[in-house]
Amino acid sequence: MFNSYDSNTLEYKPELCINCGMCSTVCPHGVFRAGEDNGKGTKTRAKLVNSLACMECGACQLNCPVGAIKVDNGVGCAFAMMWSAITGSSEISCGSGSCCKPSSDSVELLQIGRKK
Amino acid sequence: MSEIIMHPEQSTIKHTTSDLLTSNRIDHILARLGVRRSEHRVEPGLYALGNPTEESPVFVSANYTLSFDALRSSLHGIDGYILVLDTMGINVWCAAGKGTFGTDELVYRIESTGLCDIVRHKTLIVPQLGATGVSAHKVRSRSGFKVEFGPVRAGDLPEYLKTHTATEEMRRVRFPLSERIVLIPVELFLIPLPVLVATVIISLIGGYMAAAGVISAILAGVVLFPILLPWIPTKDFSTKGFIIGGLVALPFAWSAFQGASGGSDTTFWLHPALALAYLLVMPPITAFLALNFTGATTFTSVTGVRREIYAHVPKMAWMFAGGIIIMIILALMRILGGV
Repeated sequence: MFNSYDSNTLEYKPELCINCGMCSTVCPHGVFRAGEDNGKGTKTRAKLVNSLACMECGACQLNCPVGAIKVDNGVGCAFAMMWSAITGSSEISCGSGSCCKPSSDSVELLQIGRKK
Repeated sequence: MSEIIMHPEQSTIKHTTSDLLTSNRIDHILARLGVRRSEHRVEPGLYALGNPTEESPVFVSANYTLSFDALRSSLHGIDGYILVLDTMGINVWCAAGKGTFGTDELVYRIESTGLCDIVRHKTLIVPQLGATGVSAHKVRSRSGFKVEFGPVRAGDLPEYLKTHTATEEMRRVRFPLSERIVLIPVELFLIPLPVLVATVIISLIGGYMAAAGVISAILAGVVLFPILLPWIPTKDFSTKGFIIGGLVALPFAWSAFQGASGGSDTTFWLHPALALAYLLVMPPITAFLALNFTGATTFTSVTGVRREIYAHVPKMAWMFAGGIIIMIILALMRILGGV
């Protein structure tokens, strides 16, 4: 009712992690923390430390070389999502939404809701 | 900035500097106002910044003037190359979200500019927010270039370049007051025509006061809401908007209600009805605009926004429709019944 942001689609399988450090590097909200030296000469795995801060941008998933991260990513823009719902299209050009600068030709398309 | 020089390796390298000219600043203001929004573009390709050598760093940017200029103006005294991707005049993060600032385009630009013949190293510094579209390991396997994700903000690059590591603060996206305020003009410039039409219609139904109420509700959503965002209670943008819109509607409702003192016995309910109409019409307008602000923020998830739409948009529609119906009934009574 007052908080629609108390869950998201981020899934992490730590058993696949090779601790390359990419997820913690690319995440703009500190959702992952890179593995640390465990004192035995090896490093621990990346840790999911702030799952609820995830905005589902998909950067971690795209940059995880071993596929340990899954997220249903997309642009969280209400205007774009409602517009696509009204027009029945799965994609729209990002028009008067404030996030993006539109293109004069309508070639430029925005994937709404989720990327297929 | 547009001076073109020929590189020995027959590839065309454009030249640029880290200085912003008056014309650049005017372009930035126009972009911030939303004037010809899609035309603030830089030609894609490779730019030499200062006097780079084959050891100089290569920075990747979008062909949106605000992105390109933020990068080059942050690199005072630094010689390097800027590889501009064709993002169709869209900033790095939004373009990355759509994939135009992406692996394919980056690999294509590396090849089409002949970058591997121009620099001896194999490292690209890509803005961190580009990671939503650029897959570092795929770029490496397809082009041989190693992607190094730099800081979120170009302004942190000089500090970053000393060690090629970003602090935690450089890696975080924030949404401070200054960044929220610069978004207001473009929102204001986007709403005029339909809003003017709607306001004229509303003023015909409900008079000038009703038109003023609608405009106030809109300004509350477009100006007040972005400013107050972090301090308004509740997490959902819609409920935040209902709260702000409700507060702005209160004086209108109160003034309508006050008008009741002089009414006769048969029309005593007219003023409370008008007050109710304000409370029904104004908050959903602000709430709807607040919900649409999700697209401009730096932190809302698709899942959350989708849930918000389902949870609150029907409420907004019912309230707005109810209020408008009351206003129409009151207008008809005024015209037909002479009350």
